[in-house]
Amino acid sequence: MKLFSRTDQSIISRWWWTVDRRLLATLILLMVIGVFLVMAASPSVAQRIGLDQFHFVIRHSIVLVPAIGIMLCVSLLSLQNVRRLSFLMLAGSIVLMILVLLVGEEIKGAQRWIHLPGFSLQPSEIVKPAFIVVAAWFIAQQKENPNLPGMRIAVGLYGLVAALLLLQPDMGMTFVTTCCFMVIVFLAGMPLRYVCLLGGIGAGGAVAVYHTFSHVKSRVDRFLDPESGDTYQIDKSLAAFQNGGLFGTGPGLGEVKATIPDAHADFIFSVAGEELGVVFILILIAMYAYVVLRGLNRVMDSEDMFVVLGTGGLLSMFGLQALVHMGSALSLLPTKGMTLPFISYGGSSLLGISLAMGMVLALTRKQAKSGVARGGLSIRPIGG
Amino acid sequence: MKTLSRTTLHMTGSKRTALDMARGRIVLISAIFVISFIIVAGRALDVAVIQGTWGQGQETRTSLLEHKNEKTATVRHDIVDRHGVILARSLKTASLYADPKIITHPETVAKDLTAIFKDMSYGDTLKKLQEDKRFVWIKRNLTPDEQYKILYLGHPGLSFQEEERRVYPQGELAAHVVGITNVDGGGLSGIEASFNKYLGQGTSPLALTLDMRLQHVLKREISYAMTKHRAIGGAGLIMDVRNGEILAAVSLPDFDPNLSGDVKDVKRFNRLTLGVYEPGSTFKLFTTAAYLEKNKNGLGDKFDATQPLVFGRFKINDYHAEDRLMNVAEIFMHSSNIGSALMGHKVGTKDFKDLLSDLGLMTAPDIEIAEISAPLIPQNWGDINTATAAFGHGIAVSPVQLVSAAASVMNGGIKVKPTFILNRDIENKRGIRVVSPETAHHIRQLMRLVVTDGTGSKADVVGYHVGGKTGTAEKNTRGGYDKNRLVSSFLGVFPSESPQYALYIMIDEPKPTKDTYGYATGGWVAAPAVRKTIESMVAILGMEPQEPKDDLKGSLARYVPPKEKINMQKVSHETE
Repeated sequence: MKLFSRTDQSIISRWWWTVDRRLLATLILLMVIGVFLVMAASPSVAQRIGLDQFHFVIRHSIVLVPAIGIMLCVSLLSLQNVRRLSFLMLAGSIVLMILVLLVGEEIKGAQRWIHLPGFSLQPSEIVKPAFIVVAAWFIAQQKENPNLPGMRIAVGLYGLVAALLLLQPDMGMTFVTTCCFMVIVFLAGMPLRYVCLLGGIGAGGAVAVYHTFSHVKSRVDRFLDPESGDTYQIDKSLAAFQNGGLFGTGPGLGEVKATIPDAHADFIFSVAGEELGVVFILILIAMYAYVVLRGLNRVMDSEDMFVVLGTGGLLSMFGLQALVHMGSALSLLPTKGMTLPFISYGGSSLLGISLAMGMVLALTRKQAKSGVARGGLSIRPIGG
Repeated sequence: MKTLSRTTLHMTGSKRTALDMARGRIVLISAIFVISFIIVAGRALDVAVIQGTWGQGQETRTSLLEHKNEKTATVRHDIVDRHGVILARSLKTASLYADPKIITHPETVAKDLTAIFKDMSYGDTLKKLQEDKRFVWIKRNLTPDEQYKILYLGHPGLSFQEEERRVYPQGELAAHVVGITNVDGGGLSGIEASFNKYLGQGTSPLALTLDMRLQHVLKREISYAMTKHRAIGGAGLIMDVRNGEILAAVSLPDFDPNLSGDVKDVKRFNRLTLGVYEPGSTFKLFTTAAYLEKNKNGLGDKFDATQPLVFGRFKINDYHAEDRLMNVAEIFMHSSNIGSALMGHKVGTKDFKDLLSDLGLMTAPDIEIAEISAPLIPQNWGDINTATAAFGHGIAVSPVQLVSAAASVMNGGIKVKPTFILNRDIENKRGIRVVSPETAHHIRQLMRLVVTDGTGSKADVVGYHVGGKTGTAEKNTRGGYDKNRLVSSFLGVFPSESPQYALYIMIDEPKPTKDTYGYATGGWVAAPAVRKTIESMVAILGMEPQEPKDDLKGSLARYVPPKEKINMQKVSHETE
């Protein structure tokens, strides 16, 4: 492909030669698959709640164009601008989240949405990537300049964000944000005993959440003991996979999918399982694994702590969301209302994940002083 | 300068170490992700392939068991009578529904449908077919012929769902006892409601104690009496006094359970278990039993029935012309209200109430049917209430209760629990004694006497020694008791020496006719119906007649002079 000459020094050209094109291609492919799956899953949901059958398909497609735009634009940014953008968005979304608490509309028991003219926005989808990048920068900064209390600032920010998420209340987001923050702290070289301690605190927090929030308790109880309550969603989800078998019923021909509540969002993986079969599901899993591993592998070369921490955190968020979604649909985890990145319906979640992956693409662009290129997963010898 | 460079070196060194550590940890995190994705992939294969494609082909033991349960759960069980005659059965039928999204020409489809189902209107059908839904019922429970016609039309969007339809081959005959189900097969009334769960998942048909032959005879005779006397309703019961099994239970007017739709409530009303009535003189059975329980040889005890009985503001009158002292036997035979009230008074409120509650007359009866009423009992039961209850007024009980209590006395004094379900007389086998065998014997003698010499003569069947007691109660309307609105009844038992069956027939608001000489009392209205029922019954059951010398009433000669014959004219003046 000779679209741009290597000597062309324009921004676009520089971007083309430095960005991870395979990663970008995989992400765009995921988005395309997403449109088809929303098309398959959403008409029955839309009809059930009395909307036009293509309501969700149309809205998903409308958001898709700006989402791709955002991803590409953000990937053009320099490291410095990524950081600046993150600071701005973190501040903005914290303000919005406080607003949500005051004026937000309650949907299904949670205050997460804020209505803008013609569009409703879930600021917590934006706050995650922004917080990860800002926290990564502060912690990385402390390595450069030990006088800066970067870690303390990051912990403080984490407390603020987690508190706002818990107030909505949004357990899934809090869980993901907490895990990503722990990944950053872990990568930053926290001694293992502290990591264990943090893990213990996290487990304690999970127990506390289980006892504090009734909907979390009932979901966990139903997961641990299916006899204890209504397991309609998960039964239907497993039935969809069984109906699909190896090669699926064929696109649009699924039967079980029509009876799964929230098939277009929290259970889109089951629709894929029924209509496209387990072979396709394995390919899909491989695509998500590829994105995470390729991104992580790419930062192995990086000499910049900020890039390592930021990319590690963002990719953990991406991978974790995919794993939780898939695990829920397959009854490996308690049902958790979490979207499948790039595939599930949901404007805010699509915009948020596009933003995050745009940042990953920007962070993983080959920097001028890049080291030796390496392929595959390898452990760099210590002190090399 | 040197110091500075050392610091810089140190800084770079620590940064290096930190980066190296971060890289090592990235490898660790990558490994965790790899393992997690492999677990998810493995689980997907497990669910879709191992449990799905492969699992579906194999019939495991559990899947067979589940399938079996599924099958039994879908078919509601039969209800049969004591000889296996089917009273209710579920048939598999097809029900027609439409998917309006698939129907292309609603007008044509609606026209074709209304041509097949004459009772459906074109407008309503078209509206259904144009609804914005994926499922609309068109018609439930089609006949095979109708289903064939729909299939022949071949319109897309019309589909069938297999359903059950409950059919009642006996029609109205046992409608009140058997009850009905709703369109989805859930019991709504009668045994269908009270045994809903059993019928839905039981393992064998539910056998009732009813005998359809006797049911038919009883209904025929009650209908005849109702028509003859232009009555508004009627009810009757045949009970085996030895074990409480109800062989026939009729409540009229009745309804056809096969016809869904609007049935008037009055037709659905089960007079036997849900209705409560002032029993009138039939209640004197219990007053006399209570008196004889307290006074073992009291059959000859005399009471003064010449004067009206005054209880505070109340006055109990006897329209009876016997202007003399009467003994207990005579009071029962002549059905004297004053005499019964005096007897009740002598028994005492507490003992009288105790006997009534032993006989199960103070609380709702324990019987296996959904429609049960508790008796109406005076709230603060004083002596005046004992006096009126002694001749069956001021208290209202359901017929099934009354017959069970009477059966408990007539069978020798062992309490009887009424039942509609065959082979469920376990409770009755325990044998709770409520009155002594001597008292029971005397009551049987007295009841036989009522038929041979008293108000119930029209109930006698030669050779079967029928005993009984008439009852006529004036209906309690808003303005007090109404002389022209009666509930006339007869409570019979046969054979008197060793009773097997108790019969009860009650006619609601009978009008007098010419050949009853203007009377509509129990002796004129219900007693003949009981006689005719017994005549058919003994033929059906093959019961042999007995020798006349076995007659019970002979031993009562010393209490009731044989010369005394009751003048029917005179009797009918009494409040029986």
